Amino acid sequence: MEVTRRLVLGASGALAMPGLLRAQGGTPIRIGEINSYTAQPAFTLPYRNAMQLAVEETNARGGVLGRPLELITRDDAGRPQDAVRLAGELVNDLKVDVLAGAYLSNVGLALGEYAAQNKRLYVAGEPLTDAMVWERGNRYTFRLRPSTYMQASILAEEAAKLPAKRWVTVSPNYEFGQSAVKWFRQLLSARRPDVQFVGEQWPALGRVDAGATVQALEGMRPDGILNVLFGTDLTNFVRQGNTRGLFERRTVVSLLTGEPEYLDPLGDEAPEGWIVTGYPGEAIDTPAHKAFAGAYRAKFNAKPMCGSLVGYALINSIAAGIAKAGSVEVERMVEGFRGARFDTPAGSAEYRTIDQQGTLGVYVGKTALRGNAGVMTDWRYIDGKDLLPSDEVVRGLRPAGAN
Amino acid sequence: MSSILPQLLTGLATASSLFLISAGLTIIFGVSRIVNFSHGSLMMLGAYIGWSILTRLPREPEWFALGILATALATALIGVVLEMAVLRRVYRSPELFQLLATFGVVLIIQDVTLLLWGPTELPLPRPRWLRGFVEVAGSRFPLYDLVLIAIGPLVLGLLWLALNRTRWGTLVRAATLDREMVAALGVDQRRLFTSVFALGAGLAGLGGALSLPNASANLGIDLSVIADAFVVVVVGGLGSLPGAFLASVLIGVLQAFGIVLVPKITLVLVFLVMAVVLVFRPNGLLGRPQTEAREATVAAPVVRPAPPALRLLGAAALALAVAAPFIVGGYYLTVLTDACVAILFAASLHFMMGPGGMASFGHAAWFGIGAYAAGLLLHWAGAPMPLGLLAAPVAAGIVSGLFGWFVVRLSGVYLAMLTLAFAQIAWAVSFQWVEVTGGDNGLLGVWPPDWARDPRPYYWMALALSVGVALLLRRALYAPYGYALRAARDSAPRARAIGLDVERLRIVALVIAGAACGLGGAIFAYGKGGVFPTYISIPHSVEALLMVLLGGLQTVAGPIIGALVYTGLADILVRSTDLWRLVLGAVIVVLVVAFPEGIAGAVRRLWLRGREA
Amino acid sequence: MSVLSVQGLGKSFGGVRAVSDVSFSVAPGEMLALIGPNGAGKSTLFNMVGGQLQPDAGSVTLGGATISGLGPRAVARQGVGRTFQITATFGSMTVRENVQMAILSHRREIWRFWRPAAERFGDEADALLAQVGLEVQAERATGVLAYGDLKRLELAVALGNAPRLLLMDEPTAGMAPAERVALMQLTRRLATERGIAVLFTEHDMDVVFDVADRILVLDRGALIAEGDGPAIRANPAVRAVYLGTGSGGH
Repeated sequence: MEVTRRLVLGASGALAMPGLLRAQGGTPIRIGEINSYTAQPAFTLPYRNAMQLAVEETNARGGVLGRPLELITRDDAGRPQDAVRLAGELVNDLKVDVLAGAYLSNVGLALGEYAAQNKRLYVAGEPLTDAMVWERGNRYTFRLRPSTYMQASILAEEAAKLPAKRWVTVSPNYEFGQSAVKWFRQLLSARRPDVQFVGEQWPALGRVDAGATVQALEGMRPDGILNVLFGTDLTNFVRQGNTRGLFERRTVVSLLTGEPEYLDPLGDEAPEGWIVTGYPGEAIDTPAHKAFAGAYRAKFNAKPMCGSLVGYALINSIAAGIAKAGSVEVERMVEGFRGARFDTPAGSAEYRTIDQQGTLGVYVGKTALRGNAGVMTDWRYIDGKDLLPSDEVVRGLRPAGAN
Repeated sequence: MSSILPQLLTGLATASSLFLISAGLTIIFGVSRIVNFSHGSLMMLGAYIGWSILTRLPREPEWFALGILATALATALIGVVLEMAVLRRVYRSPELFQLLATFGVVLIIQDVTLLLWGPTELPLPRPRWLRGFVEVAGSRFPLYDLVLIAIGPLVLGLLWLALNRTRWGTLVRAATLDREMVAALGVDQRRLFTSVFALGAGLAGLGGALSLPNASANLGIDLSVIADAFVVVVVGGLGSLPGAFLASVLIGVLQAFGIVLVPKITLVLVFLVMAVVLVFRPNGLLGRPQTEAREATVAAPVVRPAPPALRLLGAAALALAVAAPFIVGGYYLTVLTDACVAILFAASLHFMMGPGGMASFGHAAWFGIGAYAAGLLLHWAGAPMPLGLLAAPVAAGIVSGLFGWFVVRLSGVYLAMLTLAFAQIAWAVSFQWVEVTGGDNGLLGVWPPDWARDPRPYYWMALALSVGVALLLRRALYAPYGYALRAARDSAPRARAIGLDVERLRIVALVIAGAACGLGGAIFAYGKGGVFPTYISIPHSVEALLMVLLGGLQTVAGPIIGALVYTGLADILVRSTDLWRLVLGAVIVVLVVAFPEGIAGAVRRLWLRGREA
Repeated sequence: MSVLSVQGLGKSFGGVRAVSDVSFSVAPGEMLALIGPNGAGKSTLFNMVGGQLQPDAGSVTLGGATISGLGPRAVARQGVGRTFQITATFGSMTVRENVQMAILSHRREIWRFWRPAAERFGDEADALLAQVGLEVQAERATGVLAYGDLKRLELAVALGNAPRLLLMDEPTAGMAPAERVALMQLTRRLATERGIAVLFTEHDMDVVFDVADRILVLDRGALIAEGDGPAIRANPAVRAVYLGTGSGGH
């Protein structure tokens, strides 16, 4: 529990003062960041820590365009309407140059709308919804993290290699869950016409009746299970599933479960052998990642979470985009961010010109138990550019006016 | 089908959990008439405290049982502190005011829990015996769920004994039936209330601790639990323990089979059960009609027109508001626009709740329906903003009228609970019906036309609509209709005896309130560029209540003052500290204790005192 | 020609006959008292006339039009005013506004949303208040009125509806003896002046014999006697059932 304690202390220190980081040098370039710090603290606090780390490192290197970065964060309380109001504050009152942030998809979409309406640059870090860059994509919105489609597509690829034919799905009943299931079914069926989907469960988000859900899935006698539940729903589901033997002699593929945010709380009940997307954390031994994880641990005395990776990469991507644009004028930044390459602890990535989606990749692997904790094993990193559909498909999904 | 028996048992285990979380709530309500919003928070504390205790104890069953009991005791103690520090001071306040105080406590506990235990969820590591199972009809069934199935009736039995075989229980039952009577008998009510609150809190803690083997201690427990507990208590009949048990079994079992048959509607199912039960049994399964007649004689003060000084002040404020765009910058203009919307939100709730006497825990439903009406019209028909602003109140008014037609015979807390149920159904539909509403991603691109894009004209439009509608509402309240509505609230039998159609007056009040609120929702939607399910969330409904009660229920200016104070306070707090929930909660509690008749009510009292002296 | 006519009225609750085959009528300006021991069916009968309960058998007609089967509001609309055993007034209004409310309802001006209600029928309301002797209290809140004044206010409110029939359920309950007679004599005067038929239940026999033109005696749901004061006093059935030995009484 030692790790959790320290994380808590670090987090509560950060809680007390909403971030305002200043560096020496000329007028700072201001990044206004909005996120669900009180509504989703488990995910957003490690993320904010890493952003602060990245800002400090950037400024230590002399900033961007010779100017330091300044990060101002705001709490949207999990409400898109609040995010839009605070975006107004950041833009009109605090004159930020770049808007960033969002954990929840609806907050991200609302900020994207705000950006398009007010012609401001917005870089989304965490939100997963495909609509961010496709159906609701616009000229002013960039998104870093691999989307629902990308996560589902790698899992469908893995699932296609398995002998399992009878599949069931269990997913929280809202947009993210519905999209994930839709893509998974579509992509798996395309690769394996012999596969059958024999049932589905749609617990309400955050309110899973785990016993009944597991019992219902058991009754469908599947070979394979796609799980999209996460957070407290996942914990409850895994416990009931373990006790009732749902996962025995079955294959489970599961979105995001390999992220320490979701895997750690499962403790010694972490399932073994699930095929998951996630983040192996300190097990990654590339020099870039080692440097990042080392600096993070040195500063916050905690291991980096998946959110930390995203927060760190987000700041680096913004710095790279502005550097390439050579200006903080909005239209020039848009052109600069398109095709901008940036380094992340996971590897090099870029913002695609075609849909402004980042090519930060996905770690996919299997879950296993080490001592009393779940970890990802046999993992590999797949570059985001290999997980996206063809340019033709993307052009069909994205509104013409978005470029 | 072989899975029927395991599914039934699973439903019964769920039922036990539901009963544990609702038993305390119903006992507290029965005796003190307090709708304890912080009950879910107490359960959350129970889960966290239970986690802290149980992870330090040996992992054998007897230690587990001991740890659970210790947790219940600790939570009961917290209940005692809560009752003595906060609730005791507001028992004499108007009905529902205590609810406000308990909501302040919810906010405080959220942040305190975060500070003490951190943001990550904390599951209790399960020892081997907690992972055991038995074979039932070919399926594995968790041993612990069998334990839970037994605990529900066991707790019911113990409570029954305590209530029926002890002197304390006799007093509690007497107080449930007739509070004044017990007071008249010279019983120390304070100690009785404290002990009842401690029992309720202890039961919440017990429920929280017992949930650990199947779930975890996490920060989302409070709000998800409170909705469930409200439903169970209302379906069972407020204050009825056997009713709560019956309702738990009904809901637990229905949910278990509902998941198999219609996996997508589980969320709505629970609230549909509640709605159906209340339409056929307005007092719940085993509830009695409330003895409200006597409390109604603690009549509202006489409503008199505003004194000239206040009118002058209002006119000055309005002039200042009109000139605001020349004074403040862009951001503060959007905050002021939000304040205009908040005025509509609060004034419309006040209309039905103050003069109409119909409290609502789900006012955000009309707000959301107005917003979605505008958003959907734009989305599917490309309707421009003026049409959207017209359609929003019409749609919200029609739906609230239909809703009113079903619920108009209910009153008090039951009515408020049905509004909550309706709002939750509306929320679930907007959240889960992705094809139509866009789900949680919402409807986007709901922007005003070019002439109103700039914050200034948009603000003036919002100001004109909100002040205009607020003045119309005020006008209606001083017109014969408003008097008749108030008459129906003051005394329904007397109102009928002079020929007033009480039901129709109330339905029309709901329609007017719904329409005005819906307009607010549409203005908000165009201002934010989108419509989201969060518009209909429980916390948003509670915000409306906060504004009205903070401002004062019995003055027409109250909701307006409440809306302005709340909007300003929330904006400042959110931007200045991550601990805004803690501070806001504390402010609410202090205000409730210091101004039991709301801000406007307190000002009026001081004013009148100055006059009469 | 009678204002109220009750024919063969009956009502059972779960097999128990609360009222059976009761018939009577009330003429304009007449004060008719309904008495009987507890449980005799007075309240049931009263509530059937007022519309709170629906009869199983028989009919109630008001000025020739059937009102049985209507709800309390519709009955009130037909011109039936009533006062309650426990006073019921509008606590958030002044005394005058209480009466104005009744007049507004009577004149069908409820569904108006613009003109302030306080400006409507103030003079008429004051006139009615003067008749019951409350004119100096017009501006006060009803919450601060003495009990006797509340009763008189109820009377004024009932009159605001310009009733043809006034139902008064235990009108003097809770009042001092001197006040009781004063209230009922006021009622008597108003009934005569305005030609209102009054049907009332009453425990206080002094009041009954003092003001009632006619008395109905109910026992176990059936009408056992009907007549003026002296006749009722002399009626052996009444003495046996109601007054017990005949020496007691109220």
